[in-house]
Amino acid sequence: MSTGNLLSVQNLSVRFGGLAAVSNVSFDVRRGEVFTLIGPNGAGKTTVLNLISRIYQPTSGDIHFDGHCLTAMKPDAVAGLGIARTFQNIELFEQATVLQNLLIGRHTRSHGNFWQHLLFTPSVWEDERAAREKVEEIIDFLDLQHYRDTVIAGLPYGVRKVVELGRALCVEPKLLLLDEPSSGLNTEETNDMAFWIDDIRDDLGIPILMVEHDMALVSRVSDRVLAMNHGEVVALGSPAEVKAHPDVIEAYLGKSQDVSTLRRRRP
Amino acid sequence: MRFIFKLSYDQDIRLAKHSGHVFWYGLLLMSLLLAPWVLPAYWSTLITLTMIYGIVGLGLMLLSGFTGLFSIGHAAFMGVGAYMQAVLTSMGWPFPIALLCSMAVSALVGAVVGLPALRVRGIYLAIATLAFAFIVQEVLVRWESITGGNRGLAVGMIDLFGWKTSSPTVFYYVCLILTILATLGVLNLLRSATGRAFVAIRDSEISAQSMGVNLARYKTLSFAVSAALAGLGGALSAHMLRFISPDQFGIVQSIDLLLIVIIGGLGSVHGAFFGAIFLIATPQAISLAKDFLPSALGQTVGLQSLVYGLILIAFVLFEPMGIYGRWVKIRTWFELAPLYRKGLFKRQKSFQKTERLK
Repeated sequence: MSTGNLLSVQNLSVRFGGLAAVSNVSFDVRRGEVFTLIGPNGAGKTTVLNLISRIYQPTSGDIHFDGHCLTAMKPDAVAGLGIARTFQNIELFEQATVLQNLLIGRHTRSHGNFWQHLLFTPSVWEDERAAREKVEEIIDFLDLQHYRDTVIAGLPYGVRKVVELGRALCVEPKLLLLDEPSSGLNTEETNDMAFWIDDIRDDLGIPILMVEHDMALVSRVSDRVLAMNHGEVVALGSPAEVKAHPDVIEAYLGKSQDVSTLRRRRP
Repeated sequence: MRFIFKLSYDQDIRLAKHSGHVFWYGLLLMSLLLAPWVLPAYWSTLITLTMIYGIVGLGLMLLSGFTGLFSIGHAAFMGVGAYMQAVLTSMGWPFPIALLCSMAVSALVGAVVGLPALRVRGIYLAIATLAFAFIVQEVLVRWESITGGNRGLAVGMIDLFGWKTSSPTVFYYVCLILTILATLGVLNLLRSATGRAFVAIRDSEISAQSMGVNLARYKTLSFAVSAALAGLGGALSAHMLRFISPDQFGIVQSIDLLLIVIIGGLGSVHGAFFGAIFLIATPQAISLAKDFLPSALGQTVGLQSLVYGLILIAFVLFEPMGIYGRWVKIRTWFELAPLYRKGLFKRQKSFQKTERLK
């Protein structure tokens, strides 16, 4: 696996009116690593993800991915480059089956134009077979066989989370963005998720940029961690380094001298 | 109960999923082929009309049922197709070529009308299409040199490269062939990447986008295909009625088309045809029933609208999935009997769905 920077974010800022949601954030994601964004609620982690997948337009700064500048691109073109993502509050196609959802993940890899699709030419047949073959690989990888033909609207939350991960994997991404992969999952499901994240990095060779709150999961799977607060970078380094960083502790727990202000004044 | 063992991917891709499909659709095709010879002429006229509305319904179904974009101005596309066909055939163009041109022009107009769909959604888009329908109707009324204004326009008979015919039987078969082609085309689209992109846009634009679906392209495409089918239906209805006027393509017609897709069952190809059957059969049933009703009720002017309204309300309240949904439930009941349980089709509410990014 080649090393080097796959994604590089430079001085990224976005303002929503008077609110600086992200200010001056820079980091790189290397090939073959799991890079995690952590921080208290409202720190701007998800916003960074939304900026990379171009749902938001940055106020300033640059995002480079694999030799392309993302800032001038549309969201669908970003997917075409090989960045797939999941959402914090699951955005699946509710009225479709698991299989259909995963097939939509193959959209950027499908060939043929409108007329070929209209006539369903032999090349489209071939393309459909290939898509199904890939989708079955992902179904096997994530153990979704049982749910293949179930409509999403009837699935429990934990399974939906896995289906969404599967849909992102069907894109055959060069970079996977995960927005809180463990939120709403129980301990067992979180364990499975950790295994899959490891497997995605090691077996499929797909680097991951994720936002996560569960520090146990973060320490277990991450190669590097970036801590944010109030839209700014607080610390960057290995999970252990970041956890021990005084500014990170301060961001989560507050300053130690703050405690004195809480004390009742003695008369 | 039928168990299907899947041995190859082709089984999923094929249109006929099992031998039952082949049998029943074969039977349907056979009876449709024989219908003009067996049934009285009036009945085959009704079937022709049903097929024409089926084609238009199919177009609107693709747009509303599969792409999630609502249009309350779809009759306008029918109008564009009908007038195009009338004008082109009066200039001596052969029927098939004129038909293709009418479809192409309708598709083009559809693509232009689709432009607001890139910015507005839901009720706002519906209003934009409604406004467009009024514009089209107004143009048809005012552009008298071409359209004949409110006096209307006579439409010639079918001209298949020199062979002219006004036989209803030939027209029946022409409509049948076009209906089959249109249905196969839509089914092909739906089982390919294009159709999946449509469904993705309907269910979640944000995630369709992040899966690489170009929203602008596919919404425009959906509008264009839908308008082309409406134009095809309009052109056929022009030939059928042999006379067109702007008031045939007004708001009432558009609402009839919406009735087709909603009562038929949003999001199903069957629904378009069930809806068309409903639309054509109900007035017949009402006029039959009039004889048995007390004259005070039977002779009321708005009886048909009243019945339509009541049926629509009943469907929205009790069977949002339309006739097709009801049909699926009945079929499942027979397949599972005696194991069918009541809540089988109840779906849990989609919970925790965020509106944050919309």
